[in-house]
Amino acid sequence: MKLVRAQAVALRQFYLMKGSPVRILPLFAWVLLDILLWGFITKYLNSFAASGFSFVPGLVGAVLLWDFLTRAMHGLAVGFLEDVWSRNFLNIFASPLSISEYLCGLIATSVVTSCASLLAMLALAALAFGYSISILGLMAFPFVLVLFVFGVSLGIIASGLVLRLGPAGEWLVWPIPAVLAPFAGVFYPVSTLPAWMQPLSWALPPAWVFEGVRAIAAGKPVPLPDLAAATGLAAFWLLVACALFAWIFRVVVRTGLIARYSAETVN
Amino acid sequence: MQLSKPVLQAENLRKVYAGRPAVDGISFFVSSGEIVGLVGPNGAGKTTTISMILGVLAPDAGSIHIGGLDLAHNRAAALSRTNFAAVYAPLPGNLTVQENLRVFGMLYATPNLSARIDEAIAEFDLERFRRTRCGVLSSGEQTRVSLAKAMLNEPALLLLDEPTASLDPSTARDIRARIRAFAAKGRGGVLWTSHNMPEVESMCDRLLFLSQGRILLEGDPKSLAARNGHASLEDLFVAVANA
Repeated sequence: MKLVRAQAVALRQFYLMKGSPVRILPLFAWVLLDILLWGFITKYLNSFAASGFSFVPGLVGAVLLWDFLTRAMHGLAVGFLEDVWSRNFLNIFASPLSISEYLCGLIATSVVTSCASLLAMLALAALAFGYSISILGLMAFPFVLVLFVFGVSLGIIASGLVLRLGPAGEWLVWPIPAVLAPFAGVFYPVSTLPAWMQPLSWALPPAWVFEGVRAIAAGKPVPLPDLAAATGLAAFWLLVACALFAWIFRVVVRTGLIARYSAETVN
Repeated sequence: MQLSKPVLQAENLRKVYAGRPAVDGISFFVSSGEIVGLVGPNGAGKTTTISMILGVLAPDAGSIHIGGLDLAHNRAAALSRTNFAAVYAPLPGNLTVQENLRVFGMLYATPNLSARIDEAIAEFDLERFRRTRCGVLSSGEQTRVSLAKAMLNEPALLLLDEPTASLDPSTARDIRARIRAFAAKGRGGVLWTSHNMPEVESMCDRLLFLSQGRILLEGDPKSLAARNGHASLEDLFVAVANA
């Protein structure tokens, strides 16, 4: 693996963002709107709550972390889609770039874009609603890391789908976080779900993270077993996502889909 | 006749789509300093062949060696010795000329990249477009940028799929001169597909006539038509296409 090739993939994304405010805006706009919306809902709910109780850590914190995961996924998938939109597959996959270098470059892009979104969300949540991620203590970092790793895993899986299904597969990318949200227990304990949904929930790292977040917010001890499960599952899903993408790449090279991805659009 | 060590050696390449062979067991080579024309009617298998050499299409059978490296087993190293330009694969239009050259130069791990970018920009007369997005360039200018990218890493094997298609005669002549100059340096070979018979006759050292996935004829483009009883390459092309 040559680092310079992964850097080239990330540099391309930097060039695109540098010259396009339209690409910068979505990094902040939707997540900040979400924080505002849920912040006001939380304020309203607090007016009914018992004295001293606040929904802020549970709801605003959950929205913030879920939006961060979504941004991590979109950060990777959008980087991939830029190559779809600009019909660039033939140029990049006919180069010596390996799949691992390509994915590393996209992950590096996602680190930058999702962290920028997270910082903006943290600032707004703190200034407008008094939320501080420091309530999670030292657990904040591993929880955020787990959500990032799962987010980029979803981005890799979504990109693989588009690679396999063609440009129209893009429409499957955007709803993925919304489809997973009910299972992830972002706003409620997994035990709230029907029995048939719960095994699916426990297979998702965010379910463990949000259980942990709620436990800490409720003043319970730091849930180290939850963190261990979340970390193990995040690593598992990342491996699955990379293996799936590599397999799909081999399939599209064998069937000629990549060669035709570009050429056929011209005819 | 093989003049020097081949930069490309394709052996018994075969690709079948839905039971129909698009490329049917072809073997050929390209030597350093040589321009080899790959011609044939639409659907003959030219682009399929190029796609297999570029590593974006896996052959069902056969092998491809680039600079002595087996593409199937040493993909990155083999592809680092190639580059290509094709009319259906323009560089991203939302990056400037310089940005595209830097990104692709890094993908090919080109040494002394900044200096090479400057040389390529000067060689292809792109200085005034250095900070212009490729998408707003004319066809001829985009072709020059694609060729600058294709020669950035000084490839041992340069693949050109109809590089002068849709260009005006003046620009096409300019492009041909630059490709001829690349081959004349003797450091790399060129595999060129085109439907322009006078062009391949003037440019190529050797011609491969492809039809229905097979190489029907091979030889010097200046004598190939006469040797096969035709007045011109174009007549020979028509005869092969209708065979």
